[in-house]
Amino acid sequence: MAYSELIKNSEKIRSYMRDFYVYGFKGRDAFEDKSKRVYDDESRRVKGWLEGYIDSYYDDSGKKVFLSIDSRTISRNPLYVAFRTRSFTDWDITLHFFLLDILADGPATVKQCMDRITETLPDASARELPDEGTVRNKLKEYEQMGVVTARKEGRTLVYALANDFGEKLCWQDAVDFFSETAPMGVVGSYFPTGHSSPFEFKHQYLLSALDSEIMADLCGCMNQHRGAELTIFSRRRNRERAHTIYPLRFYFSTQSGRQYILGYHYIFKKPMFFRLDGIRKVKQLGIEKNPERYEEYWEAFDQNLWGVSPGEQTLDHVRMWVHVGADELHIPERLDREKRHGSIRQIDEETWEFTADVYDASEMLPWLRTFIGRIVEFECSNAFVTQRFCEDIDAMRQLYRGGDDGAIQ
Amino acid sequence: MLFSEYYGDYYACVTEIISEALVGELTREKINAIIQKTGYAESTLTIPEKLRDGSWPLLTGDFQTPLKHTPPHPVTLLQKQWLKSLLADPRIRLFGVSDMGLEDIEPLFDPSKFIYYDQYSDGDPYEDEGYITRFRLLLQAVKSKRKAEVAFVSHRGKHCIWTVVPYRLEYSATDDKFRLLCQSEKWNNRTLNLGRIHSVRLRETYDQERYPVPTLQNETVVTEITDERNALERAMLQFSYLAKKTERIGEKTYRMTLYYRQEDETELVIKLLSFGPVLKVVEPEAFVSLIRERIDRQYSLQHSKDNPA
Repeated sequence: MAYSELIKNSEKIRSYMRDFYVYGFKGRDAFEDKSKRVYDDESRRVKGWLEGYIDSYYDDSGKKVFLSIDSRTISRNPLYVAFRTRSFTDWDITLHFFLLDILADGPATVKQCMDRITETLPDASARELPDEGTVRNKLKEYEQMGVVTARKEGRTLVYALANDFGEKLCWQDAVDFFSETAPMGVVGSYFPTGHSSPFEFKHQYLLSALDSEIMADLCGCMNQHRGAELTIFSRRRNRERAHTIYPLRFYFSTQSGRQYILGYHYIFKKPMFFRLDGIRKVKQLGIEKNPERYEEYWEAFDQNLWGVSPGEQTLDHVRMWVHVGADELHIPERLDREKRHGSIRQIDEETWEFTADVYDASEMLPWLRTFIGRIVEFECSNAFVTQRFCEDIDAMRQLYRGGDDGAIQ
Repeated sequence: MLFSEYYGDYYACVTEIISEALVGELTREKINAIIQKTGYAESTLTIPEKLRDGSWPLLTGDFQTPLKHTPPHPVTLLQKQWLKSLLADPRIRLFGVSDMGLEDIEPLFDPSKFIYYDQYSDGDPYEDEGYITRFRLLLQAVKSKRKAEVAFVSHRGKHCIWTVVPYRLEYSATDDKFRLLCQSEKWNNRTLNLGRIHSVRLRETYDQERYPVPTLQNETVVTEITDERNALERAMLQFSYLAKKTERIGEKTYRMTLYYRQEDETELVIKLLSFGPVLKVVEPEAFVSLIRERIDRQYSLQHSKDNPA
């Protein structure tokens, strides 16, 4: 098939854009599971869509394509472009413009639409005309999208152009802001963007945009209290697996950009997290008769989560004493705003204590390390965590003081 | 349906082309200009050909169109559902919008179902009337290119009144805070937390040529990552909001270069420390010293007492 800038479904491009954007050092050969032709086409598409953001370099193993974007220099997520590239047939685009033009004159039936198309289509006598079913389907599709309305007159459906949303201008600032900060912000990007946005965003993870369809499908399940069958792709195992869950909450990291769905697993009978970027497909299941039961379950479960690891659901107790100098009030302030379900208290003039009971203290280690340089005492009921913490400090000391031999033990 | 050609750039290009044809001002050059502005790198090879060969019978040979109206593009149900969802977000009060036109629409999502588990808890007070008023004034200043007089308490507790040239409002999802990016006659660039500003007065409009939006310089830090404990993926994701370059330099070793703003240096130091021994800062030496100093201090604390830390 001839190359096209447009795509039929976004799944394939989702993984390529992720690889170009997140990693940026993979060459053509590193995309092992794909043919060279597929790689060439996908990288050509991404380059075509994102001119100005894409770069490349050569090293010993060949050319490397990567996306490099400082999120603070842009007001609109350039990766949303992937959602504006859906392919269509010649009839799709022809009917789109003809039907909306006809309905702009006033309501019409399918038959009237077909007559008008025959009258106005250039060279109508020399070309194939759309059949009634094609026209009807396009109008039905647009009715479902809210672009046209339909009412019955006798046994005939009469279609009309939907009233446009008159408040667009009032919403402009909100749309500029929430397109970049709210779930499924890509929908906001479908509003006109001809003006410059007054906003800029720090700590913005552009990549999350690519999981918008999965998120929308899961929201569909949650809105209707339905279960969901997730088709998960494991990169590590390189295989797909199905899981059936009752979706409870989305958990998003504002510091890594990772996005998860927490669901109650019907088979394993416990709460489980799934990364949205690993979900290939969401299938709606039946309606839950007693969703309140799961809601109560979630409320209790959430109280001891630090991040997204439920561990074995036994609790690890963590205690850290932090040194705070006389003019360092910002440190207890930091502890307070970052403590999540933990607690803090002042021990003496120069020491503050942080404590928490969490399912899995090992996922706290990165955060605990951000206090390196002022941790007076640290203990965890999980001996592995204490040991890992202390060994890492030694290894880091070795790394920065002991030359290149500071290998991780 | 999120992924639909209805929202696509090809449809947007053709809409513009038809609009030009309707006012009788369409030329071959204009078609190409529209496509270069709205389409992609190779769209100029596809769209004109489809219009010319009649596959998309929307233009005639003399750059006229059989259509009568500027193509309408009504807001879809999906778009309305998304807007309706935003009405449940506490930050929506900043924008003074209502549910007018959305009364019968079901929301696309429920914001309370989204947990931002590592977001800081001292975010801005979005429900405070005074904060809302100040936010709107500053938004107006940014959009209408007006100077503003702002009174605020600095992080050292000092009361200040400055006349500034605001050029953008910056939001951080991690901090859940807005900051005003501004400049003045004296300095090129300043960042003020909106939460610290307690009074705003709009002043006269300013000359945009005199105060262009500043281009800020980036600093560079070079790190080496050992791909253990999934460190590579964690680092790539965590720092994906910065401009960066990554190269493979060994079997399991990667060099990652990050470009950051000077004002974010401390934040970056602690983020890099959080990776532990799987990430080493190698350049510049001044940055390495910042890391080394903290590790030395911790090492001393750890080995000066008879305790596990």
